[in-house]
Amino acid sequence: MVKIHERKFVSVDPDKCVGCQVCEYICAWNKEKAFNPLKSRIRVVRLNPLVNVSITCRLCEDPPCVAACPRDALTQSEENGTILVDEDKCNGCGWCIEACDYGAIMLHPEKKVVFVCDLCKDKPDGPQCVKWCPEEALDLVTADVLAQKARITATKKLFQEALKTSTTP
Amino acid sequence: MYGYAGRVLHVDLTTGKTRIEPLNEDYAKKYIGGIGLGMRLWLDHSKAGVDPFSPENPLVLTTGPTSGTVWPTGGNGHAFVSKSPQSYGIAEAKSHGSFGTELKRAGYDAVIFHGKAERPVYVWIDDDSIQILDAAHLWGKSPAETEDIIKEELGDYYIRVAAIGPAGEKLVRIACIINEKSRAAGRCGLGAVMGSKNLKAIAIRGTKDVTVAKPDEFLEFVKEFHERMKGPATKKYRTLGTPENVLVHNALHCMPTRNYNNAHFEAAEKVSGEYLNDRYVAKIIGCSSCAMRCEHVCVVNEGPYKGAMARVEYEPLWAMGPYCGVDRLDAIIKGSELCNYYGIDSISAGVIVGFAMDCFENGILTIKDTDGIEASFGNHEALVKLIEKIGKREGIGDILAEGVKFAAEKIGKGAEKLAQHIKGVEVTGYDLRCLKTAALGFAVSFRGADHNRHGSYAFDVKGKFNRLKYEKGRAKAVKDIEDVYTVIDSMIICKFSRGTYYKEFEDLAKLYTLVTGWETTPEEMRLKGERINNLARVINVREGLGRKDDTLPWKVMNVPIPDEGPSKGAYVTQEELELMLDDYYEARGWTRDGVPTPEKLKALGMDDLIPIVEAKIQKA
Ligand code: SF4
Ligand code: SF4
Ligand code: SF4
Repeated sequence: MVKIHERKFVSVDPDKCVGCQVCEYICAWNKEKAFNPLKSRIRVVRLNPLVNVSITCRLCEDPPCVAACPRDALTQSEENGTILVDEDKCNGCGWCIEACDYGAIMLHPEKKVVFVCDLCKDKPDGPQCVKWCPEEALDLVTADVLAQKARITATKKLFQEALKTSTTP
Repeated sequence: MYGYAGRVLHVDLTTGKTRIEPLNEDYAKKYIGGIGLGMRLWLDHSKAGVDPFSPENPLVLTTGPTSGTVWPTGGNGHAFVSKSPQSYGIAEAKSHGSFGTELKRAGYDAVIFHGKAERPVYVWIDDDSIQILDAAHLWGKSPAETEDIIKEELGDYYIRVAAIGPAGEKLVRIACIINEKSRAAGRCGLGAVMGSKNLKAIAIRGTKDVTVAKPDEFLEFVKEFHERMKGPATKKYRTLGTPENVLVHNALHCMPTRNYNNAHFEAAEKVSGEYLNDRYVAKIIGCSSCAMRCEHVCVVNEGPYKGAMARVEYEPLWAMGPYCGVDRLDAIIKGSELCNYYGIDSISAGVIVGFAMDCFENGILTIKDTDGIEASFGNHEALVKLIEKIGKREGIGDILAEGVKFAAEKIGKGAEKLAQHIKGVEVTGYDLRCLKTAALGFAVSFRGADHNRHGSYAFDVKGKFNRLKYEKGRAKAVKDIEDVYTVIDSMIICKFSRGTYYKEFEDLAKLYTLVTGWETTPEEMRLKGERINNLARVINVREGLGRKDDTLPWKVMNVPIPDEGPSKGAYVTQEELELMLDDYYEARGWTRDGVPTPEKLKALGMDDLIPIVEAKIQKA
């Protein structure tokens, strides 16, 4: 089983994301041959014009969704940590949906079983949302790399502030 | 049917009855969608001479063939069409965001609102289920507040809402319809038409799949356009945005300033796109399916307008800034926020305030008339207060809410000469005295003073034509660009993306073919554009508009540009205007009175509209 710090998931840079939903359209198209955001595994949230992010499965360690399922319909892939849904076992009861803090696992509007990001396992060029995002706001990263990035951004910001305060009289 | 949902929804607000009928395929092919389809449906469901505020005036909402797909900028648009309470001719206004995608997924190409509800209502379109719900608790609320409350009570955060604000309720003639809190179907006063129906909002949830005829090639084309949209054609929108125009227009002395008293603003630097970007732009965001993003969201962090937040574009910035002599961006952002709050067209709002200030400075309005507001040019507090009063129809605002044309008639004392409008619609940020190709485009625009119906200012600003002198033959260029623009607005792709259609009709035809599966040539696409322009004209002719209405504001034709510089002395003479109109009607194949001929309509496949023009031609 891949260790948590090697597991990669799709993560958004909130500064770059403009809320265009291209990731949603492309995900739904690739998975279901339909332009229908309700069938996307990644979802865009716009709280106000300044707050846009797209969110998908974080591949949690000890995933709460798996733990919550009363019918053992969910398992976590040994190989890459994605959540596998056994559609025969899932009856759409929604316990997993409630357990997920990110709203990353969702009920399919027609099939009435849950669905979740599988990192486009059948695509040789990897996650399609990452490939198509026009703002390059998405990345396939490990939590460690994400933390590194955050540290670098924070430092840059600090540095800018320092610069500003030293130049203003 | 690909590219279309295949259904038109009728909502009768008087009886509460709703009905779904199939979309006429012939209409889809002839009029595309968006404003084209909308105008045709409006024509079919209205009687000549109908009052804009009468229950008999239908309000039509449409999507376009790419709505609901991932087509960059095209996936998200919608259009409203009705009779304008400003021009009394055809009104159309488009908006982007996500509202259009939702309507398409709910399964409709168009919704036609008939009649008038007895009490305030909102219409809830949940796929096939249509409900007319009570909106008493929403009356008086802003579009943003309305949206939040509706989402809350229907229990779904993803519902999309288009709503009017307090101004639409009070039939302010410049009221608009706002979706996603900040996007407006702005011009021509359609918010007031919606208000006259007691229709506060339209809420939509659509869950159906949208697909296209040739998905693989379509997606390839999408990818190509994503690349194009990163290129030079859209650089402006990605960087400074349209406010970049401030310094460009100012340098050419073609920026109407202080209600057309000047064509040049001495404090332009302080309201420039550069300054705005530097101090106020907090984030640039995009609409659904857009790959270029343009929406410059501005926030004021200090001073009297601290906390104000709004999207800022050139036109509103110009209208509330230089046009009123105001050199403070924080006040302009506040003004924009208020326009969003009340639900009024921010271009017209600025122009009306500029008009009021001109009246004030000329003694036509006294401080008593203005409820104690010192309405001199440059007074940013007066700007903000007057916008508020227009939104509320309070005091002087009650008169100004009529728009400059009707307000001037009410005020009298020569105020008409200060009212800068065409067909009752307030002017936009291009000084027509020194942009003569634009002057023609504005004069003949079917929805009144408007840069967005043709974009012919570009010929002047970029120096393709001598902007100071009109020459015969130029009308052809105006006609051609109008035909492109009507196609763009009927596909409802965003105007800001027009530069990425390198081969214009060829690219547009390819897109239409990939989406609908109907093989369409570039020439056929051009014909659709021409047809839609003729359709609009036929409607205006039916409503009594004609050559006499294809005219320019008084100052444009009577007051030469006074500023020392590249445009000094320019204005449009009556003779020049006549030349322009003759040239244009000839290029269009219309009569000297500007009426489309039966032969023209026949050639465009609109034989059924011939009786309308025949009646007018015989009369003449
Ligand atoms: S495609 Fe990129 S920018 Fe657009 S919503 Fe998705 S993550 Fe954000
Ligand atoms: S679906 Fe939610 S809970 Fe389950 S692994 Fe993904 S993010 Fe974690
Ligand atoms: S990685 Fe693939 S499945 Fe997951 S959200 Fe992105 S496009 Fe959808």
